[in-house]
Amino acid sequence: MRLKTFRGGVHPPDCKDRTRDLPIRRAALPARVIIPLGGGGKARLRPLVEPGRRVLTGEKIAEGEGARAVPVHASISGAVSLIGETPVPYGGTAPAVEIEGDGRDEKAWEGTGIPDPVRAAPSEIIARIREAGIVGLGGAEFPAHVKLSPPPGRTIGHVIINGAECEPYLTADDRLMRERPGDVVAGARLLMRATGAARATVGIESNKREAREAVAAAARAFPEIEAVLVEVKYPQGAEKQLIRALLGREVPSGGLPADVGVVVQNAGTAVAVWEACALGKPLYERVVTVSGPSVREPANLLVRIGTTFADLLAQCGGLAPDAALLIMGGPMMGIAQWTAEVPVVKGTSGIIALPSRGIPAERPCIRCGLCLTVCPMGLSPSLIRRAAERGAWEIAERYGVLDCMECGACAYVCTTSRGQVQHYKRAKMEIGKRGKR
Amino acid sequence: MNIILYSAAVLGAMGLLLGLGLLLFARIFAVGIDPRVERILEALPGLNCGVCGFAGCAAMAEALASGKAKARQCAPGGPAVVEKVAAILGTAEAAAEPRVAVVRCQGGTGESRKRAVYGGVPDCVSAELLEEGVKACRYGCLWMGSCARACPFDAIRMGGDGLPRIIETRCTACGRCVEVCPRGIITLVPRSQKVYLGCMSRDKGKKVKELCAKGCIACGLCALPKVTPSRKVVMENNLPTFPADWEDFGTAVEKCPSGCFVVRAGAPGRG
Repeated sequence: MRLKTFRGGVHPPDCKDRTRDLPIRRAALPARVIIPLGGGGKARLRPLVEPGRRVLTGEKIAEGEGARAVPVHASISGAVSLIGETPVPYGGTAPAVEIEGDGRDEKAWEGTGIPDPVRAAPSEIIARIREAGIVGLGGAEFPAHVKLSPPPGRTIGHVIINGAECEPYLTADDRLMRERPGDVVAGARLLMRATGAARATVGIESNKREAREAVAAAARAFPEIEAVLVEVKYPQGAEKQLIRALLGREVPSGGLPADVGVVVQNAGTAVAVWEACALGKPLYERVVTVSGPSVREPANLLVRIGTTFADLLAQCGGLAPDAALLIMGGPMMGIAQWTAEVPVVKGTSGIIALPSRGIPAERPCIRCGLCLTVCPMGLSPSLIRRAAERGAWEIAERYGVLDCMECGACAYVCTTSRGQVQHYKRAKMEIGKRGKR
Repeated sequence: MNIILYSAAVLGAMGLLLGLGLLLFARIFAVGIDPRVERILEALPGLNCGVCGFAGCAAMAEALASGKAKARQCAPGGPAVVEKVAAILGTAEAAAEPRVAVVRCQGGTGESRKRAVYGGVPDCVSAELLEEGVKACRYGCLWMGSCARACPFDAIRMGGDGLPRIIETRCTACGRCVEVCPRGIITLVPRSQKVYLGCMSRDKGKKVKELCAKGCIACGLCALPKVTPSRKVVMENNLPTFPADWEDFGTAVEKCPSGCFVVRAGAPGRG
């Protein structure tokens, strides 16, 4: 039988063998954590603590106004040592709270869960999710409670748990689904309860058959939840592409999954939702895959938010001397770092170190059209790029650049090594600027 | 014979009639042209650069005649054009003080530390979108020449050290480079201003020293009364600020440990 998938896409080598069979290991409790209060275009948070103040693990240390702001929590117990600007892995700097740990890891949240969360009121579940600071753990860090509260007039009928993990190297969700399938399913049930959805589907790429079997076994008692294999193809884990693959529904241009009655949450997010509701545990740790040819001992680590990349790399045997590129997230959509002194954030699904193969020189476009055949959004990257290179932002907009999700499939296949995504990013920025005027 | 006469008569009569028609319609449908537009158009530089915000000099001339534009919007024209246009229109528009663009960063590829290899789109604005670029200093010039490409008058050339150089004789202070620079390094100063600060870094001194040999370390020396007796220099956000008419800058320029002050070569009255 042919596996479900979407139109377009590329097949980069999945490179997951390094860490696929390594159980999640708890990273050493960091002596110091740096917890950003913004950055990456997110709402600035207001710190609730001041230097010198003692905090417990899981204590709320900052919150923000506005519907999209989610609080952050201390990830270790200790004393706040500093609040100041620090480099963040999204690029640039952001204010952050630095906590000097006392090594005791005293928890503030124990015993605060709801006894039977699956029967709790949907509004209570959503409130708990927000209070626990849960955002999309796939990488985009979109606040989970916003997705769960669809705009008026939209109802959610289907919850999709995203276990595609289509980025090469990453195995964090794979391991999570294999080791804690019960929590993934429990999280899915809570998300169904919160949205009123009747069904849930866990979408898993077919290179993670063990994960699908584990989740399917855990969901045996719940016929409304199924685990489905999808084709191994990048970007299978993109929200709209996964919906297309699993349900055959197409999210309209500029629309949201809620427009087709769907909400998509990452497998890691589902586990975090379960923990927040059943245990009362805020989101202060996550699974991070540390991998890549330039990491000596790749691993899947359960990491406290705020641990620096350097700290984690040291626990993985350090970097090989050929390391030239340090990326947060996967190699396709991840963000290159200029320093390892940046903290793990909620969206850090992986830390990948690669040797440099040099940057290929751009050659003139030969109009081969490969980018058109792979664009998962059905756009014409070559035309958009040409418009954007000339600064013709209106033309780029007319060709649909605003629907581009910056997956980089076009750049991956480009026979002439032309930069693509940066042009689209620029075009989006310029169009946004014009709109504001 | 008759044929020749007839045809000549018919054609002649037709020509006369159509000619009269043309005359009539030209009178009825005449478009009133403001005679001043033509004269203004002659006064404008005729570069069609678009800096004024209109589609070329003709559009600008019409806008001027109908009072929708000010002559000072014509940056390349300068005071001469303002004067001519004012004479044509009979208005008294004062010319703006002539200005010139200056580059407020001296951290070239030799002076400033790099922190990463950049392989993206070679354009400052695009580079700024990612990771704030290749340069370790987050206030300084990105070395990729968006300003030079934006200049309609070819008044900016990129130097071998990555920094743009303003050719002051060509600069019309149109402000295109100021708009395009993602870090706001280029500013317009009065042509009469003799000295400007070649650094925008608001970082603290220790950090600046690590990142750039030509960065302002905010030592405050230039603000001392014994260096600047007029007390016109005030430290603000780790940078000195001073008015355009700062005259007693000699000692400050000489004593500045990083050589941050730039004395303009083209400044009038420079000894």
